[in-house]
Amino acid sequence: MSDRKTVMSVNGTEMFSPPSNILIPTRDEGKKPVLDVRGLGIDFGGLRAVDEFTITVSPTEISGLIGPNGAGKTTVFNLLTNVYKPTRGAILLDGHPTAGKSVAQVNRMGIARTFQNIRLFDQMTVLDNVRVGMSNNTRCNFAESFLRLPGYFKAEKRSRERALELLSIFNMESEAYTLAGNLPYGAQRRLEIIRALATEPKVLLLDEPAAGMNPSETHALMESIRQIRDQFGIAIVLIEHDMNLVMGVCEGIAVLNFGKVIAKGTPDQIKNNEAVIEAYLGRQEKKEA
Amino acid sequence: MKKFLSKINRRDALTLLVLVGIFAFFFIMLQTGAASHQFKNMIIPMTYYILLAISLNLMVGVLGELSLGHAGFMSVGAYTGCFLSVMLVEHFPDLPMFVYLPVAMLCGGLMAALFGVIIGIPALRVKGDYLAIVTLAFCEIIKTVIINLDFLGGAIGFDTDKIVPDRNKALTLLPYAAFAVIVSAILIMNLVRSKHGRAIMAVRDNRIAAEACGINVNFYKVAVFGIAAFFAGVAGVLYGHNDVLLKSSTFDFNMSIEILIMVVLGGMGSNMLGSVIAAVVMTALPEILRDFSDYRMLIYSVMLIVIMLFTSAPALAGIRERLSLNFIKDAVTKRIAAAKAKKANKTKEEQK
Ligand SMILES: Nc1ncnc2c1ncn2[C@@H]1O[C@H](COP(=O)(O)OP(=O)(O)OP(=O)(O)O)[C@@H](O)[C@H]1O
Ligand SMILES: [Mg+2]
Repeated sequence: MSDRKTVMSVNGTEMFSPPSNILIPTRDEGKKPVLDVRGLGIDFGGLRAVDEFTITVSPTEISGLIGPNGAGKTTVFNLLTNVYKPTRGAILLDGHPTAGKSVAQVNRMGIARTFQNIRLFDQMTVLDNVRVGMSNNTRCNFAESFLRLPGYFKAEKRSRERALELLSIFNMESEAYTLAGNLPYGAQRRLEIIRALATEPKVLLLDEPAAGMNPSETHALMESIRQIRDQFGIAIVLIEHDMNLVMGVCEGIAVLNFGKVIAKGTPDQIKNNEAVIEAYLGRQEKKEA
Repeated sequence: MKKFLSKINRRDALTLLVLVGIFAFFFIMLQTGAASHQFKNMIIPMTYYILLAISLNLMVGVLGELSLGHAGFMSVGAYTGCFLSVMLVEHFPDLPMFVYLPVAMLCGGLMAALFGVIIGIPALRVKGDYLAIVTLAFCEIIKTVIINLDFLGGAIGFDTDKIVPDRNKALTLLPYAAFAVIVSAILIMNLVRSKHGRAIMAVRDNRIAAEACGINVNFYKVAVFGIAAFFAGVAGVLYGHNDVLLKSSTFDFNMSIEILIMVVLGGMGSNMLGSVIAAVVMTALPEILRDFSDYRMLIYSVMLIVIMLFTSAPALAGIRERLSLNFIKDAVTKRIAAAKAKKANKTKEEQK
């Protein structure tokens, strides 16, 4: 973690105060953040599921969002992708507000995601799952499709080649023609990542990408996440319970508890943060320890 | 030719081949006079039911939305097309059929598509069983509206006898029907194997994920409503030209259900061959089993329940596995893979 610089002092409670760009990898210095989230919050009835959520993500940063079960992590992703309409706050993607846009429009603006509970197109092949992700980057209108005009063949060929190329990130080309629903669990998670990448995002949101994977798969995934960042030059935000993965690949980490950010910082800072340890282990256990 | 074939999906090629075969068979039977009176009367219904089944499969099997309004779209097409044909024949008695029939088909289809879009937009708010009820209601409304339109014959029916004056109607209409069905099948299959078809199937498999992939779900739903209605409308025009009297009461719930059973029996999904075969068989069956005609709808309903149970009950998974003949498919794939590996080894050795 020597290639990064702490812009603001990170310690205890003073970390919430905006501006929130707590950490910027040196390579992104001087660049505007790709994702700028300010005071985001949502209430479900009386429950403040997320409150005062403020982060910035620089263009090629890998950041982590952690917290105990039910802390509101997935809800943050649902807010970032406009699945939920925020009660408070604003999201700026590359400086453009995403308020009022549909889920599909937000994807086209540049935010792609994977799902905690896998959502693949089960009855379609692996290849076609990826090609669905490429839909908006494939030029082929209805007339060309109905009549198989030259444009159709060009688009099909291009999308097939590109999809196979993307599948090669996880060495999945040999599985291109299996039905997505028949893939083993780990492969399904990887396919979701590829499908999200196929939409050519600026920010990739991964919701527990390592869930259900064995340690060697998780280790390979860490490598792939870095490779994706380097190859595509995009920002990645991941939610994960596997601390080895989070501490291993994330450059900046935000910790959520009961919908509130309780800490932000580098992996080392987070590891030693009192509030974080308390949130994870509970006050009592800590005293006993 | 080989290059052309390699560019189309193999299952689609088979479907086309079967379609061409069916029409060639019909044509030969009619030309040689080998067709019985009963069979002759079945030929054109078989063609429009094929078209109805594949277009409904686009809606139910590819988009995954249950529609019970297909007969409604069909009636819109039938009345529009026949009204146009009657007008044209009245005002231009010398107009040949190869001019006015295609025009009628196109206009009937377009009008039905318009209705499809009009129904599709409010239908976005409901799904599943509720959508089925909305489409069913639409079908009933159309029926009632047409009965009350005097220029469409009202309750007596709309006289279409003069449009196709030929006494051997089946033979006169068959080339048009064959052309319409084959072209429609090609268009629908082309759509399914394109970026748009994949988007539609994505909506079926997982709506939320499709949205997250940037797919405009509402657009595709309405589009499929329009497209499926278009082809149902074309089928309706064929129906109307084959009949001598259009009665709106024929386009009822039972007819929609019949088409749905064809789709379910033939196997829902991107493969249209099943729908084609089921349409042919199910059009022929009631004619052959005329003595049981009172029980037809009962038999259909029982069939539908059995199929639904069979395809979805978890307890029957084992039987399904055995019956689906997957083990044969697996054996064949293994064989092919082995052969390929052998060939690859050979070329490697040769290179050495
Ligand atoms: N649509 C909703 N309606 C009502 N409450 C909701 C809704 N979505 C989430 N919640 C609540 O918001 C809280 C946060 O849920 P969320 O799924 O974001 O947690 P999480 O941090 O992702 O947890 P996990 O680690 O278990 O995935 C939970 O109490 C949950 O019950
Ligand atoms: Mg979650």
